[in-house]
Amino acid sequence: MQVRNVYMDHAAATPIDRKVVEVMLPFLNESYGNPSSFHSVGKVASDAILNARSSIAQILGARADEVIFTSGGTESDNLAILGYARKNKDFGKHIITTKAEHEAVLESCAELEREGFEVTYLDVDEYGMVTADQVEGALRDDTILASVIYANNEIGTVNPIREIGAKIQRARKGSAKNFPVLHIDACQAASALELNIQKLNVDMLTLNGSKIYGPKGAGLLYVRRGIKLQPLQFGGAQEKRVRPGTENVAGIVGLASALQIADDGRVQYVQKTTELRDKLINGILSSISKTRLNGHKTERLPNNVNISFMDIEGEALLLYLDSKGVYVSTGSACTSQSLDPSHVILALGMPYEVAHGSIRFSLGRDTTEEDVDYVLETLPPLVEKLRKISPVKVDEKYY
Amino acid sequence: MGNHSSKSKPGTGGDVSSHDKTQSWFYSDIVKDHFFNPRNFLDREPEEGEFNAVGKVGSPACGDELRVWLLVDSSSEQIKSFRWKTFGCGSAIAATSMISEMVLENGGMTLSEARTIKPQDVMERLGGLPARKFHCSVLCDKALRDAVNDYYRRTGQFDRIAVEATRIIDPVSRVTDRDIEEAVLEGAQTLELVQQKTKVGIGNPSVLPAVEELIKFYREKYFGGGPQE
Repeated sequence: MQVRNVYMDHAAATPIDRKVVEVMLPFLNESYGNPSSFHSVGKVASDAILNARSSIAQILGARADEVIFTSGGTESDNLAILGYARKNKDFGKHIITTKAEHEAVLESCAELEREGFEVTYLDVDEYGMVTADQVEGALRDDTILASVIYANNEIGTVNPIREIGAKIQRARKGSAKNFPVLHIDACQAASALELNIQKLNVDMLTLNGSKIYGPKGAGLLYVRRGIKLQPLQFGGAQEKRVRPGTENVAGIVGLASALQIADDGRVQYVQKTTELRDKLINGILSSISKTRLNGHKTERLPNNVNISFMDIEGEALLLYLDSKGVYVSTGSACTSQSLDPSHVILALGMPYEVAHGSIRFSLGRDTTEEDVDYVLETLPPLVEKLRKISPVKVDEKYY
Repeated sequence: MGNHSSKSKPGTGGDVSSHDKTQSWFYSDIVKDHFFNPRNFLDREPEEGEFNAVGKVGSPACGDELRVWLLVDSSSEQIKSFRWKTFGCGSAIAATSMISEMVLENGGMTLSEARTIKPQDVMERLGGLPARKFHCSVLCDKALRDAVNDYYRRTGQFDRIAVEATRIIDPVSRVTDRDIEEAVLEGAQTLELVQQKTKVGIGNPSVLPAVEELIKFYREKYFGGGPQE
């Protein structure tokens, strides 16, 4: 079998689309002006940002002044949660989120708890999903904010955001107040799912460039008009003073271009990757015993495959795959900075040993059927070898 | 597995070929070799009478589980066969493979020699390990000592069973008070940091209060206490 290079870690990072690079390049070279400068060189840069903002707003179904540019997903999540909670704490100090959020949300919530806020972490079901009724049931008079991940970064499960948003809006109408509001992290969802904020019924939305074939270090937070945030940093008047600092012009332009390309190709991308995803899932589950699909079978991102391989440890399998040119990620503790394995797999009700053995394959625009075939051929002997070395037998009820 | 050469691959190229031994995540060439070509592992269940001592450490919950089987020559007390199984990350597999070679070299170590192997010795032979992998993935010496004790137990030499000079704090990860002392000395002064180094209490949180007490004790002993967080 010929060794191929099969990159299946697009949920971690995507390459930058060539067309995106092209629109970015001028702003790294000749158009280097500071958008705040009151001369022609600066005007070129500020026009570019203006255009980027309005093109993004159009895709989101939002107004241009509702888009705040940031350094990426983590900052957007932090700004949404910390910024909103701190600014609105006089109205209430209760926040709702889920146990399967991204760390950027969970750690922001933990910080708010240290500041005296109360956070409800909703359980997710065995597929990693939270229901609108659960969110509604957790609402209190002093709930100011709910933050729910749109599509989970590890297991790809898609949450019913539209329904959750409708419940939040109803709660607002019922009390005739401006809160609670709903924030969603849509970083992983951006290439595949609906992004229109009016259809989604959301008040704040996080997006970034590096998951959609755009640049790293470029992200945005959609903030519905009327919502006030306390800044996390201070300085100039950029981004309505909510996010001061000289704009990352090339990054912003690249982000807008990447989002436009993703939006234009959405239908085709979803169709193609869904087919390959299902081929990979079915192939692994049928050819390798003692495996388990983590996440929902259908309500999942079209490019996400997350499988636990019982009796073996994820890092070992990741490195064996790496030696065959297949690049994946794992929920194993050994590859994370903390020592606990994936909190998402644990939140599904799975024990530590199942979380330690989880592998995420995330497909991309350029993934081919040959790539999937190669993975399906390469994987079984590697799993078999590691199982031979392993003394562990995971309880049958988990697979 | 012989075709491993990640030098020119795009994407994550170089993942396991890094030679940076200070803070790098990735492994030395010796680790890589033992990980991809593990020596002396047992790829089946042991047969009746094949071995005369067994040792175990860890649990899948804490991320590593090791078992070792020894065949000890009863007159010379040399270890003639050392076989193992390991559930764990790359460095845990490589470390167990390495210790099996160390024990079997030159006709086999005696039980008393084998008992003196320290994690540092294994790490040295491996050409180093990333700092944060050292404490959590080199458990093989503990499994070996467990097997040595098992041999003495089976042969009725109860007076030779070495109760570890240290006290086991977490029976699951087999982390001892000495391990915690070392972790504190190396600068881990909070529960979180000690856990990162030793895995103590991961999957077994009931021991955490005792661990916190010990951290406080050693911190005060070596650093004179005071708030460290």
